[in-house]
Amino acid sequence: MTTYLVPLIMIGGLTSAGVYLLLERNLTRMLLGLLLIGNAINLLILTVGGPSGNPPIRGRTSDGQTTTADPLAQGMILTAIVITLGIAAFVLAMTYRSYRLTTEEEVGDDPEDARVSEIAAKDAVTIEEDRLRADAARDTDEPDELDALPGYEGSR
Amino acid sequence: MTLAAVLTPLPVLLPTLAAAVTMFAGRRPRLQRVIALGALSAVVVVCAVLLYLADRHGTLALQVGGWGPSEPGMGPLGITLVVDRLSALMLLVSSIVLLAVVFYAIGQGIRDGDDRQPVSIFLPTYLVLSAGVCIAFLAGDLFNLFVGFEVLLSASFVLLTIGGSKDRVRAGISYVMVSMVSSLVFLFGIALVYAATGTLNMAEMSLRLEGVSSGTRTALFAVLLVGFGIKAAVFPLSAWLPDSYPTAPAPVTAVFAGLLTKVGVYAIIRAHSLLFPVGGLDPLLLVAALLTMLIGILGAIAQSDIKRLLSFTLVSHIGYMIFGIALSNELGMSGAIYYVAHHIVVQTTLFLVVGLIERQAGASTLQRLGGLAAASPILAFVFVVPALNLGGIPPFSGFIGKVALLEAGAENGSVLAWTLVGGGVVTSLLTLYVITRVWTKAFWRSREDAPEGHLSAAAPAALLDDSEDVDFLSRDDVGRMPVGMLLPTGALIAVGLSMTILAGPFFAYCERAADEVLDPGQYISAVMGK
Repeated sequence: MTTYLVPLIMIGGLTSAGVYLLLERNLTRMLLGLLLIGNAINLLILTVGGPSGNPPIRGRTSDGQTTTADPLAQGMILTAIVITLGIAAFVLAMTYRSYRLTTEEEVGDDPEDARVSEIAAKDAVTIEEDRLRADAARDTDEPDELDALPGYEGSR
Repeated sequence: MTLAAVLTPLPVLLPTLAAAVTMFAGRRPRLQRVIALGALSAVVVVCAVLLYLADRHGTLALQVGGWGPSEPGMGPLGITLVVDRLSALMLLVSSIVLLAVVFYAIGQGIRDGDDRQPVSIFLPTYLVLSAGVCIAFLAGDLFNLFVGFEVLLSASFVLLTIGGSKDRVRAGISYVMVSMVSSLVFLFGIALVYAATGTLNMAEMSLRLEGVSSGTRTALFAVLLVGFGIKAAVFPLSAWLPDSYPTAPAPVTAVFAGLLTKVGVYAIIRAHSLLFPVGGLDPLLLVAALLTMLIGILGAIAQSDIKRLLSFTLVSHIGYMIFGIALSNELGMSGAIYYVAHHIVVQTTLFLVVGLIERQAGASTLQRLGGLAAASPILAFVFVVPALNLGGIPPFSGFIGKVALLEAGAENGSVLAWTLVGGGVVTSLLTLYVITRVWTKAFWRSREDAPEGHLSAAAPAALLDDSEDVDFLSRDDVGRMPVGMLLPTGALIAVGLSMTILAGPFFAYCERAADEVLDPGQYISAVMGK
């Protein structure tokens, strides 16, 4: 199997550009990144499907070709293109919805995640504050919560 | 035509056709419900028969359209659907869960839906999701598996963002992006495997990969593993899951948590045992399993929202399955298969129970919950049984699965395997701690003791989620739990308990399934028609 360098370089270029765009927080750029990587993979499938040749249809020939091109690779690419198209439409609709709701195109952080980490930071302070302090004025003869502390057991 | 040849495509065909019909019947909700319930019930029956046939006759392969091998020894030309004991079990458990959840969703929609509900696209999308799950379990070639993933993912995108509220769109964006990246990595893997072997059929690929050099083989496996690992939420690739699942409506989260990650685990089992049986990446998988278990459960401890907490335990328990797979021995594989079946049922049940908690108490966060045991003993019961099951308390199936995995780890005997055994025990204890924390806070203490106990959602939400906070005491009475929601939850608890009661025959079945999975010869000869 002969491999041509140009398609491979194109695949590499498309993929790296796609990965760069996908790492952005801007939704349109992320979508463009997905599309670029998708196209790179389609090109890869076409490349690994072997050299060009006659169309894989009975009775059709192309100038000077002796072999038949791989129909399976083309079938796979067609399926992948259709899937990418559908998902791209969905992502665009979602981007528009997100823009309508938040008036910005960036992906937001998970609010619950932020809240949990805030609690973790706050906990250390509040636990210290809530600890029972020995306050002799509040101790009574009745059973109360101060009885648990050393020196305040039982009645005054 | 044999019975098996007629039945094999039905788990895909029935939900797809039903999805088409319900789509057109969008203005007639009652008809939609009847069709959806009918189709999914029929799938349960078909899957049960397939399980019996696969157990009786071994691996069944169907060449769709009769495009089988062109000559003996060659791979099939067309699409192949394969049912062996593993995929039959996965199909049966998934179809039961899908039926129970659609029952629950319909029950919730009838009782709590407002004038904009039932959402007319919910049932068609749900049926497409069911079809996608079934394609993935039946697929005999790698590209068909990819198509199955895409079908179920596309449906899950719609279900996760249903209603299009702010939270759901935000969660949906990260979910869609991460899922698409995993699909692209998978497609990339398919292209590379196709370059190396020139086939997509998994049986033929398995034969041809034997002739590929081991370095190339490991690289191919690694690419596929990253793709499947994102879908299965294995540790370094799991951060998307707790971020996106909790915002969806309860039945949607339940079915996602139960099924979608397990489809990824199933794909890992197939790739690990059929395509790359040498096990070159087992140490890596073991380390990933350990980290998944520990980091998942430590994440769960920090959460206060029950849905998020359960999402983290979901990630954590995926680690047990990867552990069983990576041990590469028969007991490990049968333990992993048993654990997958157990976990699908238990995790779905727990998310359904959270839906009930949300409905009755107007909140799902521990900051607001309290006094549920006194308010509703039935709710306490339906929570505590699957919760203890998840924690691995002895009579329940979680315990049986974990013991099998720990024994398999001891049988393997390497230092790494023993570390995993230790990690598994610690994770199990921490799961119990997490569950106990939910129990004491939400069920035992009184609501006044909760920091925000005076707040609650104004009204129970079904599929759309736009409820405002009101004072808990001035909240309208939501009434008793609807039978349509309680019944499917109870049914799934019963299924979970039956895995304990029938543990002997069920585990024996898992052992036979593991035996079949670890001996690719049976799969290959069934598909290639030797």
